[in-house]
Amino acid sequence: MKVVIMGCGRVGAQLATLLDAENHSVTVMDLDDYSFRRLPPDFNGTALVGNGIDEEALKKAGIEEADVFVAVTQGDNRNVMAAQIAKHIFNVPKVVCRIYDPLRRDLYDALGIEAFSPTTIFAQILKEKVEG
Amino acid sequence: MYIIIVGGGKVGYYLARALLDEGHEILVVEKKENKCELICSELGSVCFHGDGCEAATLAEIGTGRADMFIAVTGDDEDNLVACQVAKHKFNVPRTIARINNPKNETIFKKLGIDVTVSSTNLILENIEEEVPTHPLTHLLTIRDKGLEIVQVKIPPDSITVGKSVKELSLPPDSRLVLIIPAEEKPHVPTVKTILQARDQVIAVTPPESELALRAALRGA
Repeated sequence: MKVVIMGCGRVGAQLATLLDAENHSVTVMDLDDYSFRRLPPDFNGTALVGNGIDEEALKKAGIEEADVFVAVTQGDNRNVMAAQIAKHIFNVPKVVCRIYDPLRRDLYDALGIEAFSPTTIFAQILKEKVEG
Repeated sequence: MYIIIVGGGKVGYYLARALLDEGHEILVVEKKENKCELICSELGSVCFHGDGCEAATLAEIGTGRADMFIAVTGDDEDNLVACQVAKHKFNVPRTIARINNPKNETIFKKLGIDVTVSSTNLILENIEEEVPTHPLTHLLTIRDKGLEIVQVKIPPDSITVGKSVKELSLPPDSRLVLIIPAEEKPHVPTVKTILQARDQVIAVTPPESELALRAALRGA
C-alpha cells in the first residue's frame, strides 16, 4: 500500500514508522526538515520537505499513486484543506485527517472527510479512567 | 445586511469601514486581541475576539442569520475552512474568500466557495499595467467562462506591423475585439484590418492561449 503522510510530528512520525515496519511504501511530508529527526534511522520510506496544501508538492510526494492520505499537522485548517485536495482533486481512495475542534470534525465528517478529533477521543478515554 | 468579516488585518479593517459607511451591520472576527481593540476603538464595537474558523465562535456571533460571510485573513487554509463552516453549518447564502496564493484559485473553486478574490493576482495585474514595456496586460477575468480580456501592445519594430488580422496566426479560441491606435479613434477589427505600430489590441482569450496570442500579435 502506498501512503502519504502530511506532518512529521509525534503522531505522523510514529504512524510512518509503524507502516514502514509493515513494509508499506510511506512518504512523509513536513515543512521543516528538523521534524524528520523523529523518524528511526532504519526508516525505509521517503521524507520530503514540502507544503501539503500545495498541489505540486503533493504530486512530488506521489499522491497520484497513493492509496491512502493522512493529514496530521498541528493546524486543523491545513489538515482539512489538504484532505479535501487529496480527496476531491487527486481522488485518493482513502483520506484521513486530524481535527482537534470537535464541532469542525462533525462538519467535515458530514462532508465526507474521515476525521478524528483527538480532543473528543482522549477526553472520553480519560473519563473512563476517572470513572474506573 | 448582516455581514461577517473574518480577519481584522488591513483588508478586513478597510472592508469593514467601507461596509459600515454603506449602513450594513458588520462584525469582524479577529484572533489577536490587540488588533481587536484597535478596530473597536476606531470603528466602534464591531470586532469580536475569537477564531472565525471555530464553529462554536461562529454560533456565538449569530452566523446563522448572516447574509454574507467574507474571509480575508492572510492564510488561505483559514479562509477556506471559515467559509466552508459558514456555508455548510450555518447555511450563509453567500461566502467570499480571499486567496493569497494564486495557485489555490482552482482548488477553492472545486471545493465549493461561492466567490474568490485573489489579492496577489490583483496587485500583479495593476503593476503590470504600469510597466510600459509589459507585452500583455490582464484587464479582466470572466471566471465562469474561463476567459480573460487582455491588452497587447504592438511594438514599432514588430514583424506583424502592416499585416492584416487574417494573416496573423491567432490561436483559434482567441478573438480580437478592439484596436486602439496610437493616434486615431478606437475601432473594432475585421479580418482585413491592418496592424499599425503602437496599436493597442484588446482581445478575449482563455488563459492557456495567452502566450500563443501574444506571439501571434507581436511576432515573437
